[in-house]
Amino acid sequence: MMNILIIIPCFNEQASLPRLISDLENLKLPEKYNVSVCVVNDCSTDDTQQVAKNLDVILIDLPVNLGIGGAVQSGLKYALLHDYDLAVQMDGDGQHPPAELQKMVACYEETGASLVIGSRFIVKEGFQSSFLRRLGITYFHWLNKFFTGKSIYDSTSGFRLFDKKAIKLGARYYPDDYPEPESLVFFSKAGLAIKETPVIMVHRSGGQSSIRSFTSFYYCVKVTLAMFFSFIRKS
Amino acid sequence: MLRIQIITIIASLAFLFLVFRMVVKGRLREEYSIIWLLFTGILVVFSFWEKGLLLVSNLFGIYLPANLVFTISIFIALVYLLHLSVVASKLQKQNKLLAQEMALMKIEMEKMKKEIKIK
Repeated sequence: MMNILIIIPCFNEQASLPRLISDLENLKLPEKYNVSVCVVNDCSTDDTQQVAKNLDVILIDLPVNLGIGGAVQSGLKYALLHDYDLAVQMDGDGQHPPAELQKMVACYEETGASLVIGSRFIVKEGFQSSFLRRLGITYFHWLNKFFTGKSIYDSTSGFRLFDKKAIKLGARYYPDDYPEPESLVFFSKAGLAIKETPVIMVHRSGGQSSIRSFTSFYYCVKVTLAMFFSFIRKS
Repeated sequence: MLRIQIITIIASLAFLFLVFRMVVKGRLREEYSIIWLLFTGILVVFSFWEKGLLLVSNLFGIYLPANLVFTISIFIALVYLLHLSVVASKLQKQNKLLAQEMALMKIEMEKMKKEIKIK
């Protein structure tokens, strides 16, 4: 029996959350997997808290807004505390269809990687996002190659599967804002195997991306710096 | 005594008094007060000891004593700002940890509450 914890960091996702949860409940994974869903309410200003309370999920209700990284880390801490075998981070806005989870789990079974990333770019299908965003992602691909020596295409993807080793590391250290590319450097330095598997993502069905255009320059600078410092830091 | 000297003496003594009072009332922690007390002390000394400033300026090879005052005070302000950023980073880290622990504890508490009700 393998226990999987699905971590859904939420900031103002009252619109999309119920559907996502019901989709997850209908999800068919191989017999041996036992799925629990954990919603992390990152101090939403809408009714996310109430909506999640009425659903059959584990609700981590943060008293202050910690940002996506802090929210995901809370979920990882819960997974570590309750000895889960796997944890999956998934956006609360419906961008990551639960059906794609099967591909992630299959990739994990096949490769035994500690971190599996759901990637939009290996096979070009589904939602591909805007030109500028793709440009940024290409930049991060090269940056990642430079810092980790690995070719990871969708380093900003927030659809990822952690095994026990990765859960333990992530619970101890996980960057606060814009955590995805930086954590790859961190995990890869710690010697974890990272694999990417193609998934289909859809347009956001509600809410707003944490990366908006006027902050994207700041995003690039911050992430570049964070990756650099993560690279030279002793783990 | 020069008029400017009287003004600096009054200003620096007033500042020293302010720092003192804040520490006494618990609004400023002792570890942060050290640096303020130290530099206000220096300020007080130099406002009384007029020749001292000239002496130190000559020692550093600075032509105008005023430049010495500006250079040193700007440098100290910069270092202190950096220190404050470090403090803010530390606080943020602790704040995050506390929030997470609290949220996780809340879950355990709810679980216990339910168990008690069943019994």
